[in-house]
Amino acid sequence: MVARRIAIASPVNVAGETAPQTLRGPGWDGRFTVLILFLPPALLLFTLFVVLPIGEAAWYSAFNWNGFGRPTNWIGLDNYRFVLETRAFWLALRNNGLIIAVSLAIQLPLALALALMLAEKFRGAVALRMLFFMPYILAEIATGLIFSFVYDGDYGLVASIWRTFGAEPPHLLASTDTAMLAVLIVVVWKYFGFHMMLFIAALQSLDKSLVEAARIDGATRTQTLRHVVIPLLYPTIRLSVFFAIIGSLQLFDLVMPLTRGGPADSSNTMVSFLYNNGISRMRVGYGSAIGVILFAICVTFAFTYKRWFMRDE
Amino acid sequence: MNSTGARHAFDPAVLFKALFLGLVAIFVLVPLLATLLGGFKSLGELRVNPFGLPSHWEWQNYADILFSARYWQLLRNSLVISTLAVTLTLITASMAAFTFAHVRFFGSSMLLSYLTLGLLFPAATAVLPLFIKVRDLGLLDTYFGVALPQVAFSLAMSVLLLRRFFKDIPYELLEAALVDGCSYIKFFRYVTLPLSRPILATVGTITFVNSWNAYLLPLVMLNTDALYPWPLGIMVYQGEYSSEWHLILAFITLTILPTIILFLLAQKHIVAGLTAGAVKG
Repeated sequence: MVARRIAIASPVNVAGETAPQTLRGPGWDGRFTVLILFLPPALLLFTLFVVLPIGEAAWYSAFNWNGFGRPTNWIGLDNYRFVLETRAFWLALRNNGLIIAVSLAIQLPLALALALMLAEKFRGAVALRMLFFMPYILAEIATGLIFSFVYDGDYGLVASIWRTFGAEPPHLLASTDTAMLAVLIVVVWKYFGFHMMLFIAALQSLDKSLVEAARIDGATRTQTLRHVVIPLLYPTIRLSVFFAIIGSLQLFDLVMPLTRGGPADSSNTMVSFLYNNGISRMRVGYGSAIGVILFAICVTFAFTYKRWFMRDE
Repeated sequence: MNSTGARHAFDPAVLFKALFLGLVAIFVLVPLLATLLGGFKSLGELRVNPFGLPSHWEWQNYADILFSARYWQLLRNSLVISTLAVTLTLITASMAAFTFAHVRFFGSSMLLSYLTLGLLFPAATAVLPLFIKVRDLGLLDTYFGVALPQVAFSLAMSVLLLRRFFKDIPYELLEAALVDGCSYIKFFRYVTLPLSRPILATVGTITFVNSWNAYLLPLVMLNTDALYPWPLGIMVYQGEYSSEWHLILAFITLTILPTIILFLLAQKHIVAGLTAGAVKG
């Protein structure tokens, strides 16, 4: 305790203040100064640019408004009706569902398998981890452009493979049948490394004695994995699922360079649908209605998921 | 998973593992290498040989971009916006986090929950009203018009991470300092911040990477080409050179180069930073 006080005293003296001898507890005066100086910047920014816009979205969504002047043309809930009557909206919702399905069925098992292999120490393990994590830090725009080259029907890698087999190369991104599939592959390429890192971090902080105990008791490698390691990873798996779903709901940057949501809206996500139909045409009311729907989905999901699956965390 | 007895004996599990890792490595590497090498080819060669090494190295593709004002302007714009976002996030978030960690006041937990609402939904949901707000504030087509909303949206995560770390600084330390006549603000400046360098680096890294790679906000807020950060600039470039893939690939390579260099230099911070939010949030 004494040593600590000395450690504190010196920086204070550096600041040019002589320590007064009076014993003063953490008084209200000091706290008040901090409160009025330290909290407002963050609260103000957050309220101005995060909370108010959400509230305003709900307000604007009741108008037919192009963003200029004041909103006057009140149309009630019509914008929501228009959104729900648009086929492209349901396609976008379906595509978000597909992204979630692929994340859970392919990306998550892949990430988990790789983590189990790479959590151990061997030559090259760290290099491989870094390599697999690399796509995650690349900008989504750059990733999308790289893959629009990969998929390009004239110059791309896929086309070249097709030609070696003597087949006419497909234009994957230009067909309503394959565009979304192509996007899904890029999603896995880009994000599996992030989930792998989550699992590696969890595996490294795992209590090794439990695994050893299981092995000593005669459990095989597979049994240990199934009945000890994986159950210990459940919290991380739930977290990984949470991120996959939230990530899917905000996917946008990746889609733009690949397909812009096309052809014929076949590869829109919720956000690219919002961009194409609300923002780029300045239909503020309609776009706000889409935003409010997306907001409602995100918040409902986050609360439900937290309540059902992540109660103890 | 080596069989312990005979390290070099044939083990199908090891072979399977090596094959599997090799395949995934190829899956990750091939698009990146093809992009890098494609920038060294002529368009004609790219068409017949997109995979292999170029038969003739076209340094000109890269040189033209590196000596163009356009490339450096894009990087500069990105750097300005990201630096603004990181600086403002670190200042505002650490001050707020300090208050939430060390100052007891009525409504503290309520205000903290209010801030963490920001974790629940993406910026895109309210981007139209956000655009109108930024326009009404006269910040449209300025660096701040992009950076301020980015700061606002990174606050929730940043405050949570910082508060958790600040709380681990022993309370007795603060108490002793206050008894000795140190103010909260001086304690923050001379004790909390110096002790918190690792978490400040982590939060800074997350904010930087997010801002550096961002596309939607600058797309909505900026109209002037001269202010575009690189993700916008590269889309414009692609639009202009639509099928001259050798140039586009060279441009992509050069624009992601800073990210890759930064990643190789600061791997630990970046991995810790980008997974910290997940593990600790």
